[in-house]
Amino acid sequence: MGLEQFKNRNVGQQEYVLLDLEHTPQTPMGKFKQVVKRTFKPELFVGLGVTMREMINALFKGQMHTIKYPFEKLPISPRYRAIHEMLRLLESGHYRCIGCGLCEKICISNCITMDTRYDENQRKEVSEYTINFGRCIFCGYCAEVCPELAIVHGPRYETASEQRASFSLFEDMLTPIDKLNLQQEYDGFGAVTPNADENIKKTPLAY
Amino acid sequence: MEVVSYRNVETFVQHIPEVTALGVWIKAIIILAVISAIAGFGTYVERKVLAFMQRRLGPMHVGPYGLLQIIADGIKLFTKEDIVPQNANRFIFMVAPVITAATAFIALAAVPVFPDFTIPEWIPVIGGTFVPSIASDLNVGILFVLGMMAAGLYGPLLAGMAQANKWGIIGAARTAIQFLSYEVVTGLSILAPIMIVGSLSFVDFNAAQAGGVANWLVWKQPVAFILFLIAGFAETNRTPFDLLEHEAEVVSGYATEYSGMRWGMFFIGEYANMITISVIAAIVFLGGYSTEGLGWLWIMLKIAFFFFLMLWVRAAWPHVRPDQLMWLCWKVLMPIAVINVVITGIVMMV
Repeated sequence: MGLEQFKNRNVGQQEYVLLDLEHTPQTPMGKFKQVVKRTFKPELFVGLGVTMREMINALFKGQMHTIKYPFEKLPISPRYRAIHEMLRLLESGHYRCIGCGLCEKICISNCITMDTRYDENQRKEVSEYTINFGRCIFCGYCAEVCPELAIVHGPRYETASEQRASFSLFEDMLTPIDKLNLQQEYDGFGAVTPNADENIKKTPLAY
Repeated sequence: MEVVSYRNVETFVQHIPEVTALGVWIKAIIILAVISAIAGFGTYVERKVLAFMQRRLGPMHVGPYGLLQIIADGIKLFTKEDIVPQNANRFIFMVAPVITAATAFIALAAVPVFPDFTIPEWIPVIGGTFVPSIASDLNVGILFVLGMMAAGLYGPLLAGMAQANKWGIIGAARTAIQFLSYEVVTGLSILAPIMIVGSLSFVDFNAAQAGGVANWLVWKQPVAFILFLIAGFAETNRTPFDLLEHEAEVVSGYATEYSGMRWGMFFIGEYANMITISVIAAIVFLGGYSTEGLGWLWIMLKIAFFFFLMLWVRAAWPHVRPDQLMWLCWKVLMPIAVINVVITGIVMMV
C-alpha cells in the first residue's frame, strides 16, 4: 500500500468559500460611500429572512432540534462506557466469566472485588463479584482486558444515586436468563459510530 | 395639500354617548388588567417565537404547550424576597420600578385600546355606563403619549443610580445617552405626519386615513414610518438598542440589583411600552381602526404584527454599541428626519 491513500484527504463534500473582503476606505468620500452602501443594502432583511425560514422549517418541516430528554433519548455511541454488564454465552446460557481475575488486577481505582472457587467439575466459578460504582471511574480497562468479552459496558447511562457508595453484585449485572435473546454484544473500543463515514471531513490543514 | 375632511370626524364623534367619570374609571381598570395580562402573555409569546426561530420548542412543561408558564413565573415573582441592597438609596430604589410601570400605563390612557361599549342595564350599580375606547381623549394625544413614555425613562435612570452597583451606574449612563439620542428622532419623525394631518389627536389621525389601504399615511411618509419604528425600538429598549440591560456587557444594567416584583414591574412596563408603540405605529401610519365591521380585529392584527416584528428583530439582529447608537441617531437618522420634515413642508406649501 502506497502513501497516496494517506495523502489524499479529499473525502467528503466541503463548500468552503474564500471571502472577498474589501479594503477599508481611506478617504472621507470613500467612507461616506461605504455608509450609504451599508445603509441601503438589504443585508439586514436577509437576516430577518433567515430567522423566518428557520421558524418555518422548525414548525412545518419537522426540523425542530429539541429532544424532550426524559421522554426521548438520543442513541449513544458504541464506544460509550456506561454501567457494566456481565454477558452470558448464547449457546448454554452459562455466564462467560472464567474467573481469571484480570479485571480485578487491572482496575486502577480498585473498585472490583472478586472471589472464585473450583466447582464440582473442577471449573472456576465466581463466588463473589462486586463493583463499587462509587469508586469506579469508568475507564474501561476491565472490559478491554477481559479475554472472554464477559464484562462489558452497557448502554445504561442514567446513574444518579442517593449514595456515594453503590455496590453492584454479579447477579445484578448478569444478563437475566429469560432475556438472553435480547443480549447485545459490545462493539468495544475501536468501534466506530454507525454514521462514521458521513462525519469524515477534510482537515483545513490539507490545503 | 390635502385637508382633512372634518365631516368624518364629526360623524365619528356624534354617536358617542356622554363619557362619565365612572366610565373612565372602569376603562382605566380594564386597561390595567388587560394590558398587564397581555404583557404577561407577551413574555410567553416572546419565549415561544424566539425558540421557534432558533428551532427550539420553548416552554413546554407547565400546562398544554407551556401556556401556564406565565402563572408559574407570576407565582415566582410574587413570592420572591424583596431585596434592597445595603448601600442603596432606599426610597429611590423602591420607587424607580413604579415610575416605569406607572408611566407605561398612564401613556395608555390617551391611546385608543379596545372598542367602546355600554355596560348592560341589568348589571347593578354600573349598569348603563358608557365605557369609552380612549380613557382620556386629549386633543394632544400623541404629544402626551410620547412625553409619558419619555418620562418613563426616569425609571431605569433612577434605578441604576440608586442601587450602589457599578453595572447599575453603567446602565443608568446608557439610559441617559439612549434617551438623548432617540428622543430627537421620535419627535422629528412623527412631526411630518402631524403636519399633514394637522392635529395631535389619535381620533383625527384615524379619521384622516379612513377609506382603505390607499389612504394610509405610510405611503405618504415611508421615511417617517421607518424612522419612527427605529426610534420606537430604542424607546422600548428592544434588541438592536437594548443597551440598558444587555447581559453580556453590563450583567443586567439598571436591573442588576432588582428581584421579585420590583423587577417584574420593570418587565411589565417594558411590555406595556411595546404595546403602546405598536398602537401608535398602527394608528399613525397604518390606518388605525374603523368602527364598523371587523375594524377592531384589523387594528389588533396590526398591533400584533408590530409586536411580532419586535420579537423577530430580536431573534435576527445583533445589538449595537452605545457609540454606534449615538452615531446612528445623531448623524444618520436626525438629518434624514429634518430633511423629511422640510420636504413635507415644501410639498404642503406648493
